[in-house]
Amino acid sequence: MPKIARLLAVAALTVMAYVLPAAAEDTIKIGLIDPLSGAFAQQGDANLKHFNYLFSRINAEGGPLGKKIEVVPVDDKLQPAEALIALQTIIDQNINFVMSCTGSNIGAALLDGVAKHNARNPDHRVLYLNCGALASDLTNDKCDFWHFRFDSNTGQRAETLVRGLPKDLKTVYILNQDYLFGQTLHRETKENLAKLRPDIKIVGEDMIPLGKVKDFTPYITKIQGSGAEALLTGNWGPDLNLMMKAGVDAGLKLQYYTYLSHVVGGPTSVGETGDKRLHTVVEFHPNVPAEQNSAAGEEFVATWRKDHDFDLFQMNNYMMLKMLTAAINKAGSTDPLKVALALEDSTAKDMMGHTYTMRKSDHQLLEPLYVAQFVKGARYDSEKTGLGWKTDAVVESADLNQPTTCKMKRPAS
Amino acid sequence: MEVLIVSLLNGLVYGMLLFMLASGLTLIFSMMGVLNFAHASIYMLGAYFAFEVSRWVGFIPALIIAPIACGAIGAAIEIFGLRRVHHNGHIAELLFTFGLVFIIQRGLQMIWGMLPMPYRVPAFLDFPLFVLYGANFPAYRGFMLLISAVMLLSIFLLLKKTRIGLIIQAALTHPQMVSALGHNVPVVFTTVFAGGCLLAGLAGVIGGNYLTTESSMADAMGPIVFVVVVFGGLGSLAGCFIASILMGMIQTFAVVFDVTLGDLLAPFGVNANWDNLLGEIFTVPMARIGPLLPYAMMILILLFRPRGLMGTRDT
Repeated sequence: MPKIARLLAVAALTVMAYVLPAAAEDTIKIGLIDPLSGAFAQQGDANLKHFNYLFSRINAEGGPLGKKIEVVPVDDKLQPAEALIALQTIIDQNINFVMSCTGSNIGAALLDGVAKHNARNPDHRVLYLNCGALASDLTNDKCDFWHFRFDSNTGQRAETLVRGLPKDLKTVYILNQDYLFGQTLHRETKENLAKLRPDIKIVGEDMIPLGKVKDFTPYITKIQGSGAEALLTGNWGPDLNLMMKAGVDAGLKLQYYTYLSHVVGGPTSVGETGDKRLHTVVEFHPNVPAEQNSAAGEEFVATWRKDHDFDLFQMNNYMMLKMLTAAINKAGSTDPLKVALALEDSTAKDMMGHTYTMRKSDHQLLEPLYVAQFVKGARYDSEKTGLGWKTDAVVESADLNQPTTCKMKRPAS
Repeated sequence: MEVLIVSLLNGLVYGMLLFMLASGLTLIFSMMGVLNFAHASIYMLGAYFAFEVSRWVGFIPALIIAPIACGAIGAAIEIFGLRRVHHNGHIAELLFTFGLVFIIQRGLQMIWGMLPMPYRVPAFLDFPLFVLYGANFPAYRGFMLLISAVMLLSIFLLLKKTRIGLIIQAALTHPQMVSALGHNVPVVFTTVFAGGCLLAGLAGVIGGNYLTTESSMADAMGPIVFVVVVFGGLGSLAGCFIASILMGMIQTFAVVFDVTLGDLLAPFGVNANWDNLLGEIFTVPMARIGPLLPYAMMILILLFRPRGLMGTRDT
């Protein structure tokens, strides 16, 4: 390398060394561990796009301690081992907060990884903000002080879905993915059916390996043979899209009650055939503000739709950032322990006036949930399909205050 | 009985789709010795091309244009990539195609985004062909069977009854001799590779709207196609065909028949409801592990018959 170039490089590095920390002081970084490549990349990509939007809104409203917040995405390929490496990458950058929104298997690994790291490095702790690992175990037996779940767990979702089932429904089929999330949801769906709707008969059930089934036709044949009127499923991603498609192709007269069909890609795969047949349990959907006459909410949705062609539904993540901002302001610092204590029992209200509470006993968010169905002629359609979500029922957060088995070990301080 | 017939048809349709994909791979593998990891990626390209073409000029032109485009890409890969790394042996070729998988997937995601494509069955094929015990058998599935049968027949005729087929077969075993007789062996190899990619593209066109067209479809199809090729045996189209249909049937029937290994042992007086580590294996329903059965069968065939069902040499 010529001497001049080498000198320039050294100079540039020196300047960067001075400039970077100065810039860093004005921003609070938050890590995001999600699948950004591989088979489930559309999930991680959609989450990241949500966060880019939500972060810019929080920054416009005035971030925590008057600073800007910034998202630092790291890819985990939906592999727990990769997620732990990603966690280390984030910790090594002196970042105090880490979010992860996809996969309960990832959530379980991160919860454990963060707990161990904090026990070994009390001066260098990190707070795990869970925005989408939904298995209720994570706030029951496995609960941990350093883990906060800012989304409704499988138990809350199962109760909402079962409460939203039509009164004349008699027979259902249950199908889920065979891993932590699917298994938990499977159990809890059955528990809630037994408790709330003993008149409904479960005529069949199946577990499928996560992301391995290409052709769902045999499952559809089986569901058809069982005579079920409705299918209850927690499938997401390709597992949901392929299954809906196979059912639609076979001309199955079935109501689909899903937990995650609103997630990116779902509406596109279902298309017109989902009209009045597809139902979901969701934190928020684009037609909520209009249904509840909220001008602020309308603006929130309209701004997003200007440059995105899929739905804005992560109200919980917006509330997470708002509650985090409030907690950092209350604590007066970004120290994970102080922020964690400030987050406990904190509450916030969204644009429509619904209450969100971070429960202290198990660090589970209590939020309103919507049962919505996919219909033609909705005010805002989803993913340019011409169909959109319409609310059938709202369950307020106070009604989802389910008991927990969590026995939390709290830090000594 | 009705379940049996419906499942047989379902298994056949899925098996034929697998065969379209696997036949191209087995041609390339057996003729050139190249394990083409990017084969399922070409299948994915075929689906995306078909979606794009059918949006502008319709499905029937897409059925012709998309496979040809995939064949052209295959030819380019062979001429500008594989031929160069060929001198460095099989490992280099393997790594090359392995890298292609990531490049193609990322490229697709950059052009078309991560969302699934609304690639639908064309309207003129979107009707129930017949109703079987209350379940529709979509006309599109019949169309898939037709296309794959035509394809099977044309490959067979091409390889066994034409001069090109003779030269291709000869170039496989005796490249120097064929070259000395005045044939251009590299061109033969390019043709074979492009042909294999063309078949994968065709599978993409009809598989893309039968299943879904999204950037993870290659990941979903890749492994199972390799299982089919290994199971069927190298260099044997017939073996590949039998293996494809078998895999399609296994996956279909495993789901439909809710039995456990324990149930199967019960008639022999074995009570397998043990409450220990092994107990889980005997009590898990077949439906739950159905999609994993092909992999288990691949392991068995590698252990007991490494050349596959009808293979001519060991894998």
